[in-house]
Amino acid sequence: MSLIFRLASRNLFQDRLRFVATVVGIVFSIVLVTIQLGLFLSFERMVTTMIDHAPGDLWIVSRGTKCFEDPSLLNEHDRTTALSVPGVKEAVPIVIGFTTWTVPDGGTTPVFIIGSNPSTAGLHPWNLVKGDLAALAAPHAVAIDQTYFGRLGVTRLGASTDIREQPARVVAISNGIRSFTTTPYVFTSLAAAQSYIGTSPDKVSYLLVHVAANADVARVRQLLMARLPKVEVLTPAEFRTRSRTFWLFGTGAGAALFAGALLGAIVGTVIIAQTLYSSTKDHLNEFATLRAIGSSSRYILKIILCQALLSAVIGFALAGSIGLVIVRATAETALPIVMTPTLSLGLFLLTVLMCVASAAAAIAQVIRIDPVRVFRQ
Amino acid sequence: MTTPVIEAVDVVKFLGAGAGRVQALRGVSLSLACGQLTLLMGPSGSGKTTLLSVLGCMLTPTSGTVRVRGHATAGARPSELAKLRRDHIGFVFQSYHLFPTLTALDNVRVALDVRGEPAKSAIAKAREVLATVGLSHKENAFPHDLSGGEQQRVAIARAIVGDASAILADEPTGALDSANGHAIMTILSRIAEDPARAVLIVAHDPRIAAFADRIVHIEDGRIVDDEQRRTPLPAGIEGGWLQPAPAASCLAAAANAVPFAAK
Repeated sequence: MSLIFRLASRNLFQDRLRFVATVVGIVFSIVLVTIQLGLFLSFERMVTTMIDHAPGDLWIVSRGTKCFEDPSLLNEHDRTTALSVPGVKEAVPIVIGFTTWTVPDGGTTPVFIIGSNPSTAGLHPWNLVKGDLAALAAPHAVAIDQTYFGRLGVTRLGASTDIREQPARVVAISNGIRSFTTTPYVFTSLAAAQSYIGTSPDKVSYLLVHVAANADVARVRQLLMARLPKVEVLTPAEFRTRSRTFWLFGTGAGAALFAGALLGAIVGTVIIAQTLYSSTKDHLNEFATLRAIGSSSRYILKIILCQALLSAVIGFALAGSIGLVIVRATAETALPIVMTPTLSLGLFLLTVLMCVASAAAAIAQVIRIDPVRVFRQ
Repeated sequence: MTTPVIEAVDVVKFLGAGAGRVQALRGVSLSLACGQLTLLMGPSGSGKTTLLSVLGCMLTPTSGTVRVRGHATAGARPSELAKLRRDHIGFVFQSYHLFPTLTALDNVRVALDVRGEPAKSAIAKAREVLATVGLSHKENAFPHDLSGGEQQRVAIARAIVGDASAILADEPTGALDSANGHAIMTILSRIAEDPARAVLIVAHDPRIAAFADRIVHIEDGRIVDDEQRRTPLPAGIEGGWLQPAPAASCLAAAANAVPFAAK
């Protein structure tokens, strides 16, 4: 074993209470950062879940639409115009909007309606566990997610209720289609959606454009923009970015999550710096002895950095384990904490960075040490 | 005379700043030759430790010259001074300054590790030197498991393991009882018999004088007496002294009672 590693590890473990304090600091900090960034990732994914599951090449949206949930409306005749553009195979109308669901046992709850004809390549529920998509073509047929059984007051296929005082019957049940707004999604046909929301039959929220197999998407987009100057034509990637930007930064939610993560990193860095500094101070005589016997500054720096890295590895291992438990515990919740390999690697690098940055005060202390000190002690 | 390992010429050293500035050394000239144990004596505040620090390349002189194996220390950067210490000087301290978390073997090995010596040869050398000071059986012991005398022997092993040509010891027996102090001085005097090494000891204890080949007295930052008790052999001639002092001969015999094999 390298003597530097041995010196570093024994310096670190000699005062067990202080070592525990260091590790607790790192764990607290990294778990906090994990939760914040995990929530950020989760939020980032959830705000685009509808766009991700819509099988189109382009979106025609009202000018200034901020996100998928923005209930701006297009005219039905825009669809006709879009279909006249060479290369456009289909322009599937989609209607979205908030409305009120009557809970069978009493009371109401807000729901988010998504309407699209089941016979088209529109936006339909996925992960169906009961019922089938075709059944949504029937009048007043709706699909709900089993996550929201409690909120909606229904627990089975065939259950009936009212939506905005119009009848509704559950014909399909999905699993895992959760809303980050906690308002349940309810899928239905286009006409039913227009009726439930109270929108005129000649108004739609989006047109989901399917481009012909031999057509160039970029070229079709240009033509659509030329033909429909009062609306916007977005690629799915652009629409995702727009939605994310709005929800994460337009609303301040993302900034709050980032601020929490930053706070976690700062608190962790301060705790580690404090304990590392205090450990170094306790071993000043040893560092002075190293200086006296001619060790280079680099040798001493390696010891301190080794201490910092050891703290990082041990702290991250514990924090990572706790993080995994939290990820599993939240997997089935409305806003699960997401952990990806990239995030894990990033958190490890952050831990190392925090620990190395924390070593700065200790290094400054040791760099100034006077080897003559060994004669005075 | 042999070429001095360390040579100080007209060294002046001021310590502190402003109103607290004091002149610790006032024109000290001293050279340490191989094969000689020099004892530096003087009252508290006389400048002994400052001189030791200057000769040991921990401090640079305010004026005057210090040369270690021909390398001048004036104007040297801290890293250059560290290299001189690493390559040429071994230190022994009153309070040992061992690493409490390392074994005796690793405490010795650290002097080689800072020089970048590969672990395998460093361990072999450290074992050999521990045997030299009679501590083979304690190589895995931690400092807190060793007596004061044993700790000081580990410190001596650390000082000599890198083949330093000057061993500078600050009150090496100051924290020891007389039996252990005697054993330590015996070891140091044996080291001083090595024609490739010079030993300088700072001490108050007059009993140590019996081990010295030369006794230098310092007072108020000046050398006031330099008593050459024995003269080292010219370079190239090994073994013994021209005129061994009777006291030294007695102590050499006593040293044999301590497990010690001269290198």
